[in-house]
This record gives sequence, C-alpha cells and structure tokens, in this order.
Amino acid sequence: MVMPLRKMKVNQRGRIMAVNANGELGRRIRDMGLVPGTDVMIVGRAPLRDPVAIRLKGFTMTLRNSEADYIMVETEN
Amino acid sequence: MSRVITVAVAGQPNSGKSTMFNAITGAAARVGNYPGITVERLEGTYRFNNHHIKLIDLPGTYSLTSYSPEEIVARNVIIDERPDVVINMVDASSLERSLYLAIQLLEMGVPTVIGLNMMDEVRRKGIRIDSQKLSEALGAPVVECVARIGVGKHQLMEAAVQLSERSKGTWKPLVFSYGHDLDPVISEMVKKIEASRFMTDRYPARWIAVKYLEDDESIIKQGDEAGPLSQELKAMVQEVRRHTDKTLHTYPEALIADYRYGFINSILRRGILTRTQDLRLDASDQIDRVVTHRVMGPVLMLMVLWLMFYITFHLGSYPQSLMEKGFGLLGSAIGYLVRPGMLQSLLVKGVVDGVGAVLSFTPLILIMFAMLVFLEDLGYMARIAYMLDRVFRVFGLHGASAMPFIMSGGIPGGCAVPGVMCSRTLRSPRERLATIFTAPFMVCGAKTTAYIILTAAFFPNYPSLVMLFLVILAWAVALVTARLLRWTVIKGPSTPFVMELPPYRLPTFRGVAIHTWDRVRQFVTKAGTLIFGISVIMWALMTFPQLPAETAGRFDQEIQRIKEQVETSDRGEKTADEASQQELQARLQELEARRNEAALRHSIAGRIGSGLEPISRLAGFPWQVNIALIGAFAAKEVFVSTMATAYSMNETAPEENFSLSQRLASDPAYTLPVILSLFVFILFYAPCMATLITIVRESSWSWALFVLLGSIGFAYALSVCVYQAGTLLLG
Repeated sequence: MVMPLRKMKVNQRGRIMAVNANGELGRRIRDMGLVPGTDVMIVGRAPLRDPVAIRLKGFTMTLRNSEADYIMVETEN
Repeated sequence: MSRVITVAVAGQPNSGKSTMFNAITGAAARVGNYPGITVERLEGTYRFNNHHIKLIDLPGTYSLTSYSPEEIVARNVIIDERPDVVINMVDASSLERSLYLAIQLLEMGVPTVIGLNMMDEVRRKGIRIDSQKLSEALGAPVVECVARIGVGKHQLMEAAVQLSERSKGTWKPLVFSYGHDLDPVISEMVKKIEASRFMTDRYPARWIAVKYLEDDESIIKQGDEAGPLSQELKAMVQEVRRHTDKTLHTYPEALIADYRYGFINSILRRGILTRTQDLRLDASDQIDRVVTHRVMGPVLMLMVLWLMFYITFHLGSYPQSLMEKGFGLLGSAIGYLVRPGMLQSLLVKGVVDGVGAVLSFTPLILIMFAMLVFLEDLGYMARIAYMLDRVFRVFGLHGASAMPFIMSGGIPGGCAVPGVMCSRTLRSPRERLATIFTAPFMVCGAKTTAYIILTAAFFPNYPSLVMLFLVILAWAVALVTARLLRWTVIKGPSTPFVMELPPYRLPTFRGVAIHTWDRVRQFVTKAGTLIFGISVIMWALMTFPQLPAETAGRFDQEIQRIKEQVETSDRGEKTADEASQQELQARLQELEARRNEAALRHSIAGRIGSGLEPISRLAGFPWQVNIALIGAFAAKEVFVSTMATAYSMNETAPEENFSLSQRLASDPAYTLPVILSLFVFILFYAPCMATLITIVRESSWSWALFVLLGSIGFAYALSVCVYQAGTLLLG
C-alpha cells in the first residue's frame, strides 16, 4: 500500500517510492539519502506529534510532517 | 626538506571530522572565520619525516551543492586553494549516506583519502566493512579510524603524503553513468564545454555539465558571466528537464542524486559492506524513547535547561562579581594614582567602568558556552530542536531558536550576549536573523536591576507578580515580533527542518575546550576594542560640555563654605552638637548631588535627553528617564545609577537603598500610564552595546544597525500606544 510518509505509524516500515519535492527541500531530502528504493522506519514523533523521526541507511533523522508529505512510501501490511 | 603539503579535511556533520582534525593538529589549531559568514575556519599543521603538512578544516556538509554558505565555502576552498589532498572523514556506521559526499569529491577529481571513522562502533554493531575492496572500488586510499582516541591519524597523514606524491597536482575526476536519460546530454554538454574552454580553467568539464543539470545557482551565475555557452547549456538542460518530467515524472537533479546513491549501492554490494541492519534501532533511538517521550521529554528538557541556566548564572556569578570587584579596585587604584580631573574621570568612569561592565560577562560566556558545546556535541541540542520545533515554527522560527531565547533571559536573569552567541547553532539563515533580533527582548539580569527599583517604587506589594508578567510579556512580544519580521523584512518560506538526529556520543574534553576558548577569546579581543571606544564616547557624552565656570564656581564656593563650617565645628568644643554636624554633612551631600545633576543636564547626553522631551512626552517620559535610557545603552545596569544622578540622588547600591524608589514613588509625574509605558520601553528598546557588538559578530553591521533602530522604533511605538491608551482609559 502506497501512502505519504506522514501517514505512517510509529515502528511501521516501508520503502520509498517517490520524492516529489524540488528546490532546496528536495535537495536536502535527497542529500540525507531519502531517495527512491530506500527502506525507512518510523522511530517516533515529537511530543506535539510533529516533526517525525525516521530511521534509514543506518542512521536516524527528522523532518516536519509538512515535509514528509512529499515522500511516498510503499508499506508492509 | 620537502615542500609543504596542503590538506583540506572534509566530512558530513557528526562524522567526527572536527574530532580527527583536533587529534591531528593538537591544540595548535588557529581558529578564524571564513570571510563574510560565521563559519569557523580552523588551520593547523602536522609534521613527520620531514613532511610538513598544513591542514584546513572545511565546514561540515552533507553534500557539495550551493544551498548553504557552508557548502559554498567547502567547495570554493577546494577549487580556489587547490589543496594537494582532501581527507574525507566518513561515519562508517552509516556508510551509504556518508559516501554521498565522498562521491562528489571524487567527481570533482581532487585527490581524496577516505577516513573510515567510528570503526569501533561499526565492529560493536557487527557490521563488516572491507576497506581494501572499498579503496579499489573508489580508486582512493581508505584508512580505518577511531577519531575519538586518535586511531588512524598518522596513517591518514601518511596516505595523504603518498597520494600527493602520486598525483602531483593532477585531478582525475571519477566518472560513472547517470543513466540513459542524462548520459547522452552530459557527453554533448562536455564536448561543447571543452570546445570553447568554458570555465575549464577552474572546473572539470563533466562536473560543470552535471552542475548545470543540478541547477546549481552559483555555477550557473558564474557561467552566465563567463560566456554565451551558458545560455546554450541552460537550453539543453531545459530540454532534458521537459523530457524527464514527461517520461519519468522527475527532475534531472533528482535523477542525479538517485544515480549517485545507486552507484554507491552497487559498490557496497560487491561484498564491501555486510551484515548491516539499516533499520535496527540504535541505543540512541532507545534512549530517545525516554528523552523525547511525550511527557518525560519536555519535563527532562525543562530540567536540563533549568540546570544549565542555574549553573551558568549561579556558578558564574562568583567569578563575575570577582571581576567586577577587580575592576572596582582598578578604578580606585587609578583614582589614587591619577590626580582628580578630566584624565581620572576618563580612566575611571569611562574606560574601567565601561569595559569592566562588559568584560565581567566573560565568566558567564565561558561557562555557558562550555555547556552549550557539550550539549551540542552530545547530540542533545538536536533533540531540543526536534521537540520544540512545532511551537517555534508557528512564529516563523526554528526549534533551535529555543536556546537563544532562554539564555537571553527567557528565564529572568539571563544575558543576551551568550544568548545571541548560541544562535550560531541555527543553520537556517532567516530563522537565525529573526532569533537574533528578538532574543534581546528577554528579561536579562541587567534589566532586572532596573525593574527591582521601579517595582519597589510603584508596585511594592506585587514584586513577583510583576516579574512574572514581564517574562510573559517578553516571550509574547518576542514571538509575535519574530512572526512579523518573517512576514516582512525576512520574508520567505521556512528553511527545511530536515536534519539528522545524531547518535548520542560523549564529547571529547579537547573539542569542548577548543571551541569554548575560541569563543571567549573572540569576545574579549574583538568586543574589548569596540567596547573601549563606545565606553569613551558614552563617557564624553555624559561629561561634555562641562558646567560653565560661573555655575561650577557657585557650587564649588558653596561646597567649600560648608566644608569649612564642618571643619570649624570639628575643631570647636563639644558645643557643636552632633545634630548640626549631621545636618551640615547632609547639605554637603545634597549640594554635590545637585551639582552632578546640573552637570549631567548640561552635558550632551543631558541636552539630548531634554531635547528629546517633546518626543518622549508622547510616551510619558521626562528628561531624566531619557538620559538614563541613553546611559543604559552602555549597560542596562547603568539605568539605575543615571536615574539617581538625574534626580540629584547620591549613587546608591540598588539592592540596599531604596531612596530612589521612594523619590520616584512620591513624584506625581509618574502616573500609572507613564510607569507601564516605561516598563514596556525598558524591556524592548535596544540591546545593550555588548549585545549589539555580539550581533555584529554573529550577523553583520547592517543587521545590527537594523536591530538597534528597529527595536528603538518598535519599543517607542509600543510605549506611545500604552501611554496614550492608558491616559485615555484612566483619565
């Protein structure tokens, strides 16, 4: 099932299908290794539910929900 | 003796690049800033076997695009200073992402040595990396390191020397496929670039082509100046962009990133990287389950902030008061050695008092900064930003704006100097400027002294309530102002938050010490000289022109007369009773106070204060307040002493003597609207000169000037509103 990264639940895993951001945001996302084909897992969310922390390629990073909207993920069931 | 070899050290943030740099160069590193931006530039040397190696520390960057000043600097140093070798420190525990920068360095062609750092963590996690195979695949030497304990530093230097001897200054760019959509256009562009030698004296041809496809602003701008081929290249990029958009729904720059990662993956899959479990949670992720927990997270954060604050201002108050006493002693010593007069006044009241007031902050900066660097290196600052971003974003700020606000006096008693300094941890330029503008609105320790006097005078029964109200007002106004600034002067979308949550790592003592010392030294030297100048100017403003000889003479005669009376009554028999003696002393003091008041009013500052009265009346301020506010620019504590002088009071210690409060309380000029207006104005009107100079250092002269004039205008408008509305409502 394909959904935006924002919709994923904590501990859920998936594989990035597409990153639809361009410009500075797109570049920063790609620089961190969020490119299609990458496996990700939601580590947690900040106390106010936003930003979201994710795990990929052996490290942990965080981005805002509004930024996670641009990332489409195919999730396991 | 062989020649000097220049080595630039590159790496992604949190790769241990600085730790390795410090390990190699020892304490001998020179710290400076890259011109125009607040990115530190460190240089150092390393010698062995007659090899003399000069090292440059590049700013930590994830990539070599041109979106941040750090990236542009890193790239320009490599292009312009053409180091013999670049050492790229790589966090081996997240090898795939870390090699993204390495690949870009190799694409530029600069001879590169890869330092595989954190090999201890890698082994602990059971990851296996074949560094020999990695070296063959990349065509670059690879050295395994543990920077924290200095493992690999000598091998890195040896590898750098060997590589520089082998390459002899020639760059061999790494070439790999960007796929059948981009490869043809790249080769076509390369042909054209080579044919017309388009910027090829600076950059490799293929690299230029790729940068055009990546829509790299800085390179395209240079290209536009370099020649007409730029337009042609842009048209080609436009063409391929249309094509990829139609067939693949993506952009060339995204494709390039995909293929870079694809290339890295294809290498790592050749048996170089095994037994990795990318999604397995780290110990740090487990710690974060508690540290950033919905309830525990904020509670723990408040405790950390409070502790930090407590340590800074309570531990720091001892050396601070010691320094104040030292400067006081120095002042008295000068008063003793130099005859009373202009020179003594200049030295004591101008130089020693002014410079002393500012330099007394040094211990605070030292302690605060040591803790800040510690929390930053530990990885906790990133968590604070993570937890608070949602709140601060509403106001156009960034999660990392929290620290500057709190340090500046978000908890009363702080200081805007260290507050503005720690805005450095903010990597987003617009959010940073807004933070620098508004952080000085907070209730710093110096403002508190003024509020103690004023509260004692006008709200003697509610001191804590008034303080609480002021703190809430400061936060509210600072956040709203930031929002307004981000809608107007520093308009623009919020900088992407995307950032790493680095694993918790215990900072090295050396790293913390070097950065702390560097900051303190910069504050003392740079600020010291400027503050010296401003102190002298402030002194002159409040001293010249002196009272005309006639007026001064009258005061002097009167004072002399009373002094004689005192002496005669001293010598006289017991008939001169105590009472008359005391009365004479009191008159003497009053006379001296009146003389000081007259002198202050006669001075330039006094005239400005009186001259501004028509304007300041709109906000309800009499001339005495105007002078005190001018004086308080030097240091906010000065407000109280200048008010005392302006009201012909003897200088008193604010904590002990509340006679100024009594004097103000009984003054009918201070109605409730005036008082409220004054409270507001003091809170927001201008950062003190120490803060202002820090702002210059952390941003620019023009921004500092804007902060100064902007906040004065803003505070004035606010005060006028408060006063006028208050007068209307309260009749």
